[in-house]
Amino acid sequence: MGYPHPIHPRETVVLSKHFGDAGARTYDGWVERGGYQALRQALGMTPAAVTEAVKTSGLRGRGGAGFPTGLKWSFMPVGDGKPHYLVCNADESEPGTFKDREIMRWTPHQLIEGCAIAAYAIGAEVCYIYIRGEFTDPLAIMQAAVDEAYAKGALGADVLGSGTRIEMVIHRGAGAYICGEETALMNSIEGKRGNPRIKPPFPAQAGLFGMPTTVNNVETLAAVPHIITRGGEWYKGLSLGNPKSTGTKLFSVCGHVMKPGNYEITMGFPMKDLIHDLAGGMRPGRTLKAVIPGGSSVPIMSAAEAEAALCDYEGIVEQGSQLGSAGFIVADDSADMVYEIYRLARFYAHESCAQCTQCREGTAWTTKILERILSGQGKQADLDLLLDLADQMTGKTICVLSDSCAAPVVSGIRKFRDEFDAYLSGARGPVLAAV
Amino acid sequence: MTTDLVNCTIDGVPVAVPKGTSIIEAAKQAGILVPHYCYHPSLPSPAVCRMCLVEVEKAPKLQPACVTTVAEGQVVHVHSPAAEKARESVLEFLLINHPLDCPICDQAGECELQNYVFQEGRAGTRYAEYAKRYNPVEDFGPDVLYVPNRCILCTRCVRFMDHVAQEPVLNVSERGDRAYIGIVEEQRLDHPWAGNVVDLCPVGSLISKDFLHKARAWEVDKSAGICPGCSQGCNVMIDTRDDVVVRLRPRPNLEVNRHFICDTGRLDYRWMNRGDRVEAPLAGSDGGARATDWEAAADALADLIRAARGPVVLLASGRASTESLGWLRRAVEGAGEVTAAVRIPRGEEAPLAGIPGLALRRERAPNGDGARLLGYTDAWADAVSAARGAALTVLLDAELTDDEAAAVQAGGALVVLGTVEDDRLSGARLVLPVTAMAEEQGTYVNRDLRVQRYLQAKGAPGMARPAWWVAAEAWARLAPGREAPATAAEAFAGLGEAAPAFAGLRYEDLGLTGRVLDAAAAGAGAAR
Amino acid sequence: MSGQAAPAGHPDVPYEPVFVGKTRERLEALFPKYPTRQACLLPALWMVQEARGWISPQAMAEVGEVLGLTPAYVKGVVTFYTMYHRHPVGRHVIQVCTTSPCHLCGSSDVVDALLTHTGCGELGATSPDGRFTVIEVECLGACGFATPVLIDDDFIESVTPERVPGLLARYA
Repeated sequence: MGYPHPIHPRETVVLSKHFGDAGARTYDGWVERGGYQALRQALGMTPAAVTEAVKTSGLRGRGGAGFPTGLKWSFMPVGDGKPHYLVCNADESEPGTFKDREIMRWTPHQLIEGCAIAAYAIGAEVCYIYIRGEFTDPLAIMQAAVDEAYAKGALGADVLGSGTRIEMVIHRGAGAYICGEETALMNSIEGKRGNPRIKPPFPAQAGLFGMPTTVNNVETLAAVPHIITRGGEWYKGLSLGNPKSTGTKLFSVCGHVMKPGNYEITMGFPMKDLIHDLAGGMRPGRTLKAVIPGGSSVPIMSAAEAEAALCDYEGIVEQGSQLGSAGFIVADDSADMVYEIYRLARFYAHESCAQCTQCREGTAWTTKILERILSGQGKQADLDLLLDLADQMTGKTICVLSDSCAAPVVSGIRKFRDEFDAYLSGARGPVLAAV
Repeated sequence: MTTDLVNCTIDGVPVAVPKGTSIIEAAKQAGILVPHYCYHPSLPSPAVCRMCLVEVEKAPKLQPACVTTVAEGQVVHVHSPAAEKARESVLEFLLINHPLDCPICDQAGECELQNYVFQEGRAGTRYAEYAKRYNPVEDFGPDVLYVPNRCILCTRCVRFMDHVAQEPVLNVSERGDRAYIGIVEEQRLDHPWAGNVVDLCPVGSLISKDFLHKARAWEVDKSAGICPGCSQGCNVMIDTRDDVVVRLRPRPNLEVNRHFICDTGRLDYRWMNRGDRVEAPLAGSDGGARATDWEAAADALADLIRAARGPVVLLASGRASTESLGWLRRAVEGAGEVTAAVRIPRGEEAPLAGIPGLALRRERAPNGDGARLLGYTDAWADAVSAARGAALTVLLDAELTDDEAAAVQAGGALVVLGTVEDDRLSGARLVLPVTAMAEEQGTYVNRDLRVQRYLQAKGAPGMARPAWWVAAEAWARLAPGREAPATAAEAFAGLGEAAPAFAGLRYEDLGLTGRVLDAAAAGAGAAR
Repeated sequence: MSGQAAPAGHPDVPYEPVFVGKTRERLEALFPKYPTRQACLLPALWMVQEARGWISPQAMAEVGEVLGLTPAYVKGVVTFYTMYHRHPVGRHVIQVCTTSPCHLCGSSDVVDALLTHTGCGELGATSPDGRFTVIEVECLGACGFATPVLIDDDFIESVTPERVPGLLARYA
């Protein structure tokens, strides 16, 4: 990507081509760079044909779940007479992930165009873009871009003279990780606590304001214009051989690497190269210890697993974790895994919405146990207890926040047991005050 | 119209339930209780407590029984190792912040946390050496205290106020394990039906100030009753301790009150414990009254009826049972012209918005319709005036103003079938102690002409007998060959002989949720 | 935003409504964008916080009245979202990310520097001069630019302890 460092030759820049180029932020600047052709083209197609193109591309949700986008769109009822909604999930708050922010900061019209095409495909006249409250810059930039798009006729009652109506509303979150979960996000837009909803009903049946709704991640929608102009086959062909994981993807790399940032690579790219080449590798004298690849909500990978993995949905599963949102948290040998796991547990305890018992109580209890271990008061039995709690926090709740808290704990204990043992035996001194 | 039935098997028991039925309700049909906290049949289900997770064959993970509808051929295991382990775990999670102050908690003995932990929980806690969450007790409203430390965040109370009372004055505040049920200072939990949150609360977190520390759950005796507060006829449970009524609670009746009663009805029970009762039959008036036995009293009543040459006036309480009203009317039939009236206080209507057809009714007596079916009018003032020219006036537990008390003594003979002593009625020829509602069994007819039974909740004071018994004893003495009913059931079965609306009905037909009378048969008697 | 000193919220201080004049117009301009009034709750709360620096119980009641919601409902929502201040805060609110990615990159030192140089002393506290409140925030979504710090609406990337004094000097 073009910011904050030059494009690496091994990147395949589609979404991130104009990162770092302030001229791409304006409507005219975006049009000069080929923008809004895709929207014009899509409006000349039938909605079904647009959906079909996206299906052909093999594009999968970039927010974390990896659900096929075209298929998701095709779940939307046709001719039901109800208002449909498109919701763009720009609540990027998964620790380690910072890609949507860059899309919005540098190429707001890329997202607006993608939203407009998607809205057209699913028969939505209104699109809400839900941006997390802390993203002050993306909020201002997106609002300015939406205003400009209205002024230029790319949004509103008659989009680009096609007679199609598409309204776009920027909705600001206010500090809640869980609002990145699509049903919580819908509740938040509705002016409620951001509690995840029970599914079914699924959003395509009864979503925002009880109406058929599609929720897509920023990066997913940003890829849509490129698929329309260059074709689904082109996008699919970008994959390095895995037909299930297609196209390019922004990988956020952070933590102990020399060049943290977003790297746009084709699916199937070796993780080893992403970390050691593109992201600049470890600091001098340091070695790779662990990678949490999906944002923080997936199992931790050991160095060996990470270096053996291919960066796509299946490739990371093969190495015992998940792609998730592709926010790589990289830790070198200086990292205290017990502390980092504790810090993640504390994050989830802080963000639990309080609905489900296992999550509300389990995340907090897990945090307390880890805190106790770090304060030198842990017992061997605590590890079994942590694993048992994690088991009961997995697959039992409305959403996966509780599972997300359990994932690093379970994988951490399994893969970095010696670090836990060091605290338990006293070989390592306490780093937290006694609780 | 036939309903589509879906067949499934729950813990090996095959059941067929209507399409769309939840697993938790289908399990009830199979006689299996799926433990739960947040689920309540009269509230929307949020599926948050995760206590009702059950194993459904072929499903990848445990499913919440409250929101999962049964599918054809589904095989459900409520008591599989995985489901039991999940419940044990939920219980452990709920207990980590629960104070275990059961010895001083009003809910102990009827606490769903206590019960399920006893049945399926772990013997000990693994949450050792950590502090429990603490928040002070809060005053939520006229009758409700909130003890946040005991709260398990099931949100039944919030959902009741949001969706049923439709006055959202409660909320969930904060997030994660810091969450609690919140209220704001400028609003109180003072909705006329707010007290239901106490019953809905599965633990001792929302408690009634009125019942606070009055009794332990295992000390109270519970009797099915009907709320005597208004013409809605809400089904209640009358809880007594040592023959003292300590609490009224709703008893489910989906047709009448679902699972709810209003606060007016809930708190209006103190009269049931009055001590100033008439305890023996008193004969003779103007200071010459003396206690007598029932044999002599019944003779005396029959004599007075027989001697009545002229109009007879009956003035009855709207709380009198159908049996008593019917038999009293029957006892005086054939004397003079009868004017019968029932006293029905009026008040403001207070509906429960979320349940159509449920309200605290303007008519603040439980048996106005029963009385009307039996030939009583609610032209109370006219009847009181008529007493001035009556040969015989009989009061059936009637509450009177001073003027009315004077009026009823200005005519002929006065007989009082009463519950409480009334010095103003010294001119009565007979004062006969009768039982109050809680001390007898009987029936009331609600505004929808539903006849509903109530059972005896406490003992009668002294020699008090049900008013129907008193009236029937007199009736039997008035003509040869008459045999008075010996039980309430017989008294009820006999009503049909004089009032067609009740023809052929027996207690067995009513069950404990009542039966609606045929409106046509009820005829003109039901006109109001 | 957060510029004005917050009114004490004392019962003796008469409450001045937020939604009058221009603010009212701004809110009403949102109504057609949503099928329900309730959906304007988060935006309305943001307007209150912009105007007052925090959201007092009276302000929650006012928002409820304007949108047809009970104060209790509004409070339930306000307490869900960590960015809404329910107590008066300093003239400038500093939110520093301390979640794992930033922690790996030394955010603890940035926190220490912020607490020292603002005089706040501890997280959540307001400096004695009323100038700053420093709070910890969970993942700001800029992990590649550790440590990000949000001062009022200014999102500042790659903050190091050394940069802290210079940054603070920009906020009076």
